Amino acid sequence: MPQSTTERLDAARNAGGGLLSRRRLLGGGLALGGTAAAATLGVIEEARAARAAPEWVTVAGEAVRGYGIPAAYEAHVKRALIQIYKDLAPGFSFSGTPLQLLRGTITPNGLHYEVHHGGRPKLDPAQHALMIHGLVERPLKFDLAALDRYPMATRVHFLECAGNSFFNAIMDQPMQAGCDMLHGLASNSEWTGIPLAVLMQEAGVKPEGRWVVAVGNDAPSLSRSIPMEKIMADGILALYQNGERLRPEQGYPMRLLLPGYEGNMNVKWVTSLWVTKAPAYTAGESGEYTDLLSDGKALKFSFGMGVKSVITHPSGTMSMRGPGLYEISGLAWSGSGVVRKVEVSADAGKSWAEADLTAPVQSRAMTRFSLPWHWDGGPARLMSRAEDETGAIQPTRTDWKKRYAPSNFMHNNTIQAWQVSAAGSVENVYT
Amino acid sequence: MFTPRWLCVLACLGTFVPITALADGPGLGQPLAENEIPFYARDVMPDGTGLPPGSGSAVQGQPVYQAQCGSCHGQTGAEGPVNPLVGPSESNPKAAGQYWSYATTLFDYIRRAMPFNAPKSLSVDEVYAVTAYILYRNGLLAEDAVVSASNLADVKMPNRDNFIDLWAAQRDKPY
Repeated sequence: MPQSTTERLDAARNAGGGLLSRRRLLGGGLALGGTAAAATLGVIEEARAARAAPEWVTVAGEAVRGYGIPAAYEAHVKRALIQIYKDLAPGFSFSGTPLQLLRGTITPNGLHYEVHHGGRPKLDPAQHALMIHGLVERPLKFDLAALDRYPMATRVHFLECAGNSFFNAIMDQPMQAGCDMLHGLASNSEWTGIPLAVLMQEAGVKPEGRWVVAVGNDAPSLSRSIPMEKIMADGILALYQNGERLRPEQGYPMRLLLPGYEGNMNVKWVTSLWVTKAPAYTAGESGEYTDLLSDGKALKFSFGMGVKSVITHPSGTMSMRGPGLYEISGLAWSGSGVVRKVEVSADAGKSWAEADLTAPVQSRAMTRFSLPWHWDGGPARLMSRAEDETGAIQPTRTDWKKRYAPSNFMHNNTIQAWQVSAAGSVENVYT
Repeated sequence: MFTPRWLCVLACLGTFVPITALADGPGLGQPLAENEIPFYARDVMPDGTGLPPGSGSAVQGQPVYQAQCGSCHGQTGAEGPVNPLVGPSESNPKAAGQYWSYATTLFDYIRRAMPFNAPKSLSVDEVYAVTAYILYRNGLLAEDAVVSASNLADVKMPNRDNFIDLWAAQRDKPY
């Protein structure tokens, strides 16, 4: 006797709220939805047969072009712009990656998030050099042509602003917006460049050189103190992003890449590495990038980005298209290493199912997770909860808020919940 | 990673070749002379190292501040709209003139990064004077007190001991 849809759904059940198991769905011959899909396909075929050939198959196409750009129909896929001080300081601005409009894990270069403290400089690479000085045996300078001759390393890593997800951190009521505004100050790229250890060894770091003060070649000469330990362990002088030269927004022609560390320390347009005994207490590490705690104290030198995840499909501002089978999909990352596990709930955290992680799962890089979900058309609350290789797990917003002062928006890695209504809207809600 | 034996021999013979660099890279760094290093490639350190010769007081700083800084930070430093420097306040619990650990950071940041639309345009004396004005407005300095390379690091910022050094406590493990 053939299985009914209900029986097939029951067989694939993974957790409450309609979360299914991909393995059991596949094992069952992927019967679910198959009949409906075939029927839909038939309708489309009939319509096509009756339709005149589209214009583009009747004329010659466009010739090759030197640099490709997205299809005109994708013009809405843009960064979300945030200029908090408007005309007073237009260069002090952010833009968020539209995570809800992307798939896979690599952020296209033109959509990588931006946070500029003094605007994007119009920098001439011919007049740019990297200096290494301070507590070194040999103060050195490197121009771009010299650096291009060094052996390079290639690594996939996320970058995330320490202040990412700030709306959810500090607003009393959840703001209704998409992932670009809510969590878009996080992106993921393949970075290519020179291990900083190679350049430091060439300069010859003196034993008392324990910190590196990095300075950007931009208007505010942005500076941050970085432990030498990190520089030597896995720091990279990045020259290329996803195969091409860095974009101006990401520090052209060179930037620091400190895997897993808050974005601000990955100094863009880097021009100076000053080796010191101790941190310089630069402006950023003295104020903005410290974390106010609930007990009145504050954290300084809080560098690592915590384990985090967000469901991007479906997510805030999206609409469901009727009950049935969906794939829940999202991104997870951790500044402490690889993502070990992502769990998804469709019933407000009452039950959880382990999501599938798309290989390769790389250290300090974004990982795509997914899970099939049968939406019954009723209200549902979707959440994702990531765990990294150190065993760290995302906190709920309520637990996280207890540890920090009400004004703190640094290092918010809390669980994001999306409320799906019976009408099919998807809204940002707090847990 | 390896170092060919002949390279070691070359180095021992007195030829200038940094061995470790040659092991990992082509060793193309050029000598950097002191006069090639701009002031902003070094930060002023909390102990005052790096402060240039010069001086200024809040009395001298007030007109400079009001002309150069007031439109963003407020005419007396408390009004904003951007990051009021006098505080703490509800709009800025981390007001720089109270919250930051060292007065040297005020000097360093103003000199390298301010004013927003014309960074590095203030003279050293103007930077000392504006620093003094912000400290005076936060009750940390007398209006006529003159700050300079010899005494700016002596200003005891009130919030200095209120921080937990997370790197010292647990390296880069998140809080």
